Amino acid sequence: MNASGPNIEVHNLHKRFGQVSAVEDITFEVGKGQIMGFLGPNGAGKSTTMRILCGIIPATSGVARICGISVANHPNEVKRRIGYMPENNPLPDDMRVVEYLRYRGHLKEIPGRKLKQRVETVMELCDLRRRARRRVIGTLSKGYRQRVGIADAILAEPDVIVMDEPTIGLDPHQILAVRDLIDSFRGEMTVILSSHILAEIEVSCDCVIIINNGRLVATGSPVNLRTEFIHNTIYDLQLQGDLAALDPLLKSIHPDLTWAPSSDPDESGFYSLTIEVPQIENIGEEILLLLQRHAEYRVRALHAVEPSLEDIFLAATKRSWNESMPEKAVNPQATEPARPPVPHPTPPDRPG
Amino acid sequence: MKHLPHLLKNELRALFISPATYIAAVLFLILMGWLYWRILLQFSLEPQDDLPSALFFQLFWLPVFFMVPLLTMKSLAEERRRGTLETLMTTPATGMEIVLSKFAAAYIFYCCLWLLTLGFPILANLSLNSPMMEDRLLDRATLFGGYLFVAISGLLFISVGIFASSLTRSQVVAGMLSFCLLFIITIGMRALHEEAVSWGPWLRETVDYMQIFRHLEEFSRGVIDTRPFFFYISNTALILGLSVIVVEAKA
Repeated sequence: MNASGPNIEVHNLHKRFGQVSAVEDITFEVGKGQIMGFLGPNGAGKSTTMRILCGIIPATSGVARICGISVANHPNEVKRRIGYMPENNPLPDDMRVVEYLRYRGHLKEIPGRKLKQRVETVMELCDLRRRARRRVIGTLSKGYRQRVGIADAILAEPDVIVMDEPTIGLDPHQILAVRDLIDSFRGEMTVILSSHILAEIEVSCDCVIIINNGRLVATGSPVNLRTEFIHNTIYDLQLQGDLAALDPLLKSIHPDLTWAPSSDPDESGFYSLTIEVPQIENIGEEILLLLQRHAEYRVRALHAVEPSLEDIFLAATKRSWNESMPEKAVNPQATEPARPPVPHPTPPDRPG
Repeated sequence: MKHLPHLLKNELRALFISPATYIAAVLFLILMGWLYWRILLQFSLEPQDDLPSALFFQLFWLPVFFMVPLLTMKSLAEERRRGTLETLMTTPATGMEIVLSKFAAAYIFYCCLWLLTLGFPILANLSLNSPMMEDRLLDRATLFGGYLFVAISGLLFISVGIFASSLTRSQVVAGMLSFCLLFIITIGMRALHEEAVSWGPWLRETVDYMQIFRHLEEFSRGVIDTRPFFFYISNTALILGLSVIVVEAKA
């Protein structure tokens, strides 16, 4: 094991199922104690990559290492360092929670004298100890089942935890609880979690990997991804006054500025406007100063719209579609091209 | 192999808390009890060449055809369908340990069921209470040979069931597949033996070697030969090995 290197290393990973390529040339690294979000539409190859990392299925080519140990060459050694919670979290319905965790502890080679205490600790961490301890897993609610799955994943204190869609099907309270739990692992365990819910990844993760159609589209922290993929600045403005005369005024700040009222005026006559500048530049002060000089305009609110991970995701996946289908651009007269497996991303509506 | 005791304990626990197990056991004992009773009835009507226990063991294939698929069809197919096989495969437990635990649990249960049928001759003897009948009902060589045959042939039958279960995620398909495979290796081999008379000596001997009914006859007479042991144990190892490959490749 390498103590200083990244806990997860993936180099040029490929996985083919017959003619279908599920994962194509994916390379990334995750450092110790980091929480990494795996983002992509359904069928993008998230689960396949995770299953390869856990040694459940072999990769067609490429290298995957956990704590410096090759998954392909030493799958059993890797399994001792990994906690995996698969998609849909399959659990045996006929066991009690505490029985199940003890059984899993034995299989994960936790020494007998430590096991009892470790089971109590993870049940406490996952809030299972008081209410669900002796309950049969088949009778538990979805939220509790999910906690049992997470408790199992962290039971053997693994170096790496892999969770495939850990919050799917949970209510907002449960999502918050699971998110807090994952947050508490930061710095101690390396966590990979996959999701197609962008907000969740944005809140919990130190770095994000976006994959689409089996290809790596973008990787980095949410902040870095913003600068890479977002090339414009957007403001929301609430304003009362004559919109017809506004255009030359705003254009005087920046010639390429575009704006549009996103709604009819409300009861007090204020419009909601979206202003977009095609570069990263803070022009909020200029807008305010300009409108102050013109008394016919009354400003109620102005705020910069932070680009969300959703925007980055859409921009990144759009770019990957364009790169993967260059023939479309070359031959515009061709008949309607076959639709990609997921709908072509369109820019989201800006909040009004 | 250090995970095997924990896996086996879990399998046995699951087996013994499941109502289906007890239903299967009761059905098995009713059927076998009825068969034994029919044999005794026939014995009372006209003289027979064989002892009642020998006749009883000749019907071994009947419970094999329905009990073995019932016992084994769930084992790996259900785990695969539920996805719990995947979580098992991410622990340090190996495919071999998983397959062996399923096999051992089903085999232990199979042997327990057969051991319960030892109650039939004992009960018959107690109710008849005649020293002459005791020799016939509780003939040691026949009973020992018969149960030894059941135990050793059970290895192969259960492993076939486990193999069928490893191939699919549907219990019904696994059950039907194991029934067909068991039919082929018992009845099919017998039919092949009749055909093989005209074949060359080499082929005839090979088919002859695989006659499960022949093995039974020898064991019931108290003849314990090592060749059937080799046949059952080697084939069990082969089939379990194939199951391990399937589990590891398809998990």
